[in-house]
Amino acid sequence: MKEKLEKIKAEAIRQINMSDALDKLNDVRVNFLGKKGELTAVLKSMKEVAPEDRPKVGQLVNEAREEIERVLEEAKAGMEKKLREAKMKAEVIDVTLPAQKNSVGHRHPNTIALEEVERIFIGMGYEVVEGPEIEKDYYNFEALNIPADHPAKDEQDTFYINGDILLRTQTSGVQVHEMEKGRLPIRMIAPGRVFRADEVDATHSPSFHQIEGLVIDKNITFADLKGTLAEFAKELFGEGTKVKFRPHHFPFTEPSAEMDVSCFKCGGSGCRFCKGEGWIEILGCGMVHPKVLKMCNINPEEYTGFAFGVGLERIALLKYEIDDMRLLYENDIRFLKQF
Amino acid sequence: MNTPLSWIKAYVPELECGDKEYMDAMTLSGTKVEGFTRLDKNLEKIVVGHIEKIERHPDADKLIICQVNIGTQTIQIVTGAPNLKEGDYVPTVLDGGKVAGGHDGGPMPENGIKIKAGKLRGIESNGMMCSIEELGSSRDLYPEAPENGVYVFQKEVTPGEDAVAALGLHDTVVEYEVTSNRVDCYSVLGIAREAAATFRKPFQAPVVSVNGNGEDVNNYISVEIQDKELCTRYCARVCKNIKIAPSPEWMQRRLAACGIRPINNLVDITNYVMMEYGQPMHAYDLDLVAGQKIIVRRAQDGDEFCTLDGQVRKLDADMLMICDAEKEIGLAGIMGGENSKITDEVQTVLFEAATFNGANIRRSSKRVGLRTDASGIFEKGLDPRNAESAINRACQLIEELGCGEVVSGIVDVKAPFAPLKEIAFEPERINRFLGTEITKEEMLAIFDRLELSYNADTNMITAPSFRQDVECFADIAEEVARFYGYDKIPTTLPSGEAMTGKLPFKLRIEEKARDIAEYCGFSQGMCYSFESPKVFDKLLIPADSELRKTVTISNPLGEDFSVMRTVSLNGILTSLATNYNRRNKNVRLYELGNIYIPKSVPVAEYPDERMQFTLGMYGDGDFFTMKGVVEEFLEHIGMKCRAAYDPNAGKPFLHPGRQALIRYNDTVIGYLGEVHPEVADNYDIDTKVYVAVLDMPEILPFASFDRKYEGIAKYPAVSRDISMVVPKTVLVGDIEKVISQRGGKILENYQLFDIYEGTQIKEGFKSVAYSITFRAKDRTLEESDVSGAMKKILNGLEGLGIELRA
Repeated sequence: MKEKLEKIKAEAIRQINMSDALDKLNDVRVNFLGKKGELTAVLKSMKEVAPEDRPKVGQLVNEAREEIERVLEEAKAGMEKKLREAKMKAEVIDVTLPAQKNSVGHRHPNTIALEEVERIFIGMGYEVVEGPEIEKDYYNFEALNIPADHPAKDEQDTFYINGDILLRTQTSGVQVHEMEKGRLPIRMIAPGRVFRADEVDATHSPSFHQIEGLVIDKNITFADLKGTLAEFAKELFGEGTKVKFRPHHFPFTEPSAEMDVSCFKCGGSGCRFCKGEGWIEILGCGMVHPKVLKMCNINPEEYTGFAFGVGLERIALLKYEIDDMRLLYENDIRFLKQF
Repeated sequence: MNTPLSWIKAYVPELECGDKEYMDAMTLSGTKVEGFTRLDKNLEKIVVGHIEKIERHPDADKLIICQVNIGTQTIQIVTGAPNLKEGDYVPTVLDGGKVAGGHDGGPMPENGIKIKAGKLRGIESNGMMCSIEELGSSRDLYPEAPENGVYVFQKEVTPGEDAVAALGLHDTVVEYEVTSNRVDCYSVLGIAREAAATFRKPFQAPVVSVNGNGEDVNNYISVEIQDKELCTRYCARVCKNIKIAPSPEWMQRRLAACGIRPINNLVDITNYVMMEYGQPMHAYDLDLVAGQKIIVRRAQDGDEFCTLDGQVRKLDADMLMICDAEKEIGLAGIMGGENSKITDEVQTVLFEAATFNGANIRRSSKRVGLRTDASGIFEKGLDPRNAESAINRACQLIEELGCGEVVSGIVDVKAPFAPLKEIAFEPERINRFLGTEITKEEMLAIFDRLELSYNADTNMITAPSFRQDVECFADIAEEVARFYGYDKIPTTLPSGEAMTGKLPFKLRIEEKARDIAEYCGFSQGMCYSFESPKVFDKLLIPADSELRKTVTISNPLGEDFSVMRTVSLNGILTSLATNYNRRNKNVRLYELGNIYIPKSVPVAEYPDERMQFTLGMYGDGDFFTMKGVVEEFLEHIGMKCRAAYDPNAGKPFLHPGRQALIRYNDTVIGYLGEVHPEVADNYDIDTKVYVAVLDMPEILPFASFDRKYEGIAKYPAVSRDISMVVPKTVLVGDIEKVISQRGGKILENYQLFDIYEGTQIKEGFKSVAYSITFRAKDRTLEESDVSGAMKKILNGLEGLGIELRA
């Protein structure tokens, strides 16, 4: 019996080694280990074995079976590995062929710049608010300390709907709407579209965007204005950005200033980009005029605040080195795709 | 405003600084310098030469050979200048020197032109004699220079001395941006005051004294102000025996450097005083003033008046006029009249220095369509105290220049001056406001430099009359800040309670709209809010449509920008057309922008500004691509129900068979469709264009960023496919409505998987197949559950005339 099993085992291993395909291996399994296989047959013939020998024979049969299964598995694994390798060899691709892109669209450079500005100020605790684009004279001028016949009204070339209603020339009116709500303190920015009667050319558009900022609280100082805007400039233009505040005049702030940033192209040494100045004018700002606070029913003895206004297009043009403002409103896909 | 630096230095004699230093310091103290021009730029090695001998060039008709004494030696120079004679003194550039430009007066090279010794037609030439243009200047500044040829000195000079200095060209013209609150700085004295304060040097105003001829001016003129609202002061003085002549060289130079062309001594004096004092003046020929009387009154509606430029102007009752006993002789503050203007024959002159209501001058100047140097200054509102000083200064110059004889006395009619403004001095509050620790003494020193006087007894600061902008605490704080130095103020961040920054819900939804549009291949465009009323025709919008009721701009840049849009499509279609015209393929654009719907016409209140999410595309993709974008967006803003599409959208600009209103929970939230071929034609787009417009205010109430995990189904789904023959008139949307309404709670999903029209289907019908999925959350469905639901659905479908296919 032992020899018989050895013979079966040897024959099975021989056949396994001769197999060159998975189905042939399967045949071997069926022929030896299957229900009608040779080894199974041996087990079936167990009744012919003396009862006292049966455990031993059984053990031998199992050993043979395990051995055959082990060899079978090894052969199968080897064969599968070869097959997989052959398959992969046939599947080699040219990875330098062009990509198939999903053609995701592009944001407008104005919006990219705006989202950047919003991110910075939201991080500093500012709320983003909106105001009407078609505005009343009171909010656009009068409440901002620009009474009728003020020369500043001329400077702004306003589009009028009628004597009282106009297209806002600045986002500053949103300050007034916010202050009138009577909720203090205020930290807000108000981005939006504004309009001025400028003919379209490389540096002008009758419609453009501003971002207004307003902070009202107790103990707000000019130093806070400087610190906040310096922080903003660093975030927007890079850590090394320096700022310079120059006195200026706006009717609704006092003191007022214009802020220059060190040229981010040359770092301040002077280049064509900054016209050799080393500085680029970026925004107007100032401490909210007490008259403006009073008109909004805020007590200037108790509360102070600062305001600023940034031209969004100016930032977009500078940051992305766009040389013609008209490109922003033409919507040529070859332009938009670059952002 | 432009002034030569030398003129400023005349009133701040101790001021010594370089151009760049001056410019930076002035800008940082609030008088912004826009730029400067150095008049001696690129002028090197130029001395006065004395022409001792002139000979003809042997080989050239148009050239001459000059022996020029340059002090240390005599050099030979060959020139083609036609205007020279022996004995002339001329600016001479030596070998190795530089001049600023060519003799033709064209654009000047950045680095000038180098002059070297050489030979001209074989004859040695060791330098060049210069024209005024070669010296970088012009006949505007040097009217005595010849039109063509070398500049010849008219005044006494010595050979070898610095010719540039002799011409007064070692100077710099500085250009300032003066802000509208600082009317006092529209003058040389105003800027000189700021310069003195900035550099901490004493300011020396001109010492004005007029001798007068002893006669009484009241015998020559009387003044009556009828409209005291519009004219707060009128000063008049008289000069007689006027001798018109060119003004002296120094005055001409200063005026020319300010951009004012010298005319004659009389005109130049009024302009000079306007520049110096910031007080516009006018001179009348007194012999042409009837009745020796000046009356200041309003014009009458419909009057006409000829200004001294010869133009006839239409007047109205809001315009202030200067009149004599009989007639109008000047448009107050704007321009004098033709009928009283100064000619070369003038004998007696009446000087006027007045103060008018700025707002009125501004309005009149606008209405009459005439803006002059004078009106530009008057409209800012002048200090009435300045008028007297200015008119006296003019009379002083008349005497000094020998231009005539000044009649003694002044006729001065004025309203009482407004009291000088007093402001409490609160140093702690100033420091609290600025975030500084400036001592009280430092602040007082600054006030002193600015002529703001401090009364320690009352603790009040008094602003000088010329500083009309200083009115309240904040103004005082500004003066401290700008002379302490903005750069020295610390930088801090606001203290106070921390606040949460946020983007409001509306803007978050718009941000999501941008994200989804871009994921779907659309790029963001920006379009104008105003457009031409012709757009309505282009979009085939009927004449009686509500959409044509617009918010209209009363003073547009032109018809093309005259109405605020009520439909958002024109912008995106115009942009698509631009791309199509430039042969860009497969263009997808979106825009987020407002339309403006008036609540009434004419507009009396805020119109309804409605944010529109507009998408447009041509090239790859069709109606259903666009529909897909809409649904992606709705899904991502938490609008989980299925939107309904109503083909009866009634949009004239869309293809009648390919348009739909988008409804969500029975609210119309927008529309989409293929652009009407005629509209596409109107935009010169020769391909199919698809658009979608979502009305964001309607969407916002349905949108939400709240999400709840509903669990992943534990029990198996059962799906049933149904294949139907459907009358063509029945929309797939109708079938879906039946399925969704009748499928019951166990209905999970339904999906169209086939639609077919063709030969195998009977006429007037189409084949439609759906896969319907059922699932219960809490159990495995029984066959009876599913068949019950299916039965209800099928019954409903039969009601639509639908037959089931086997």
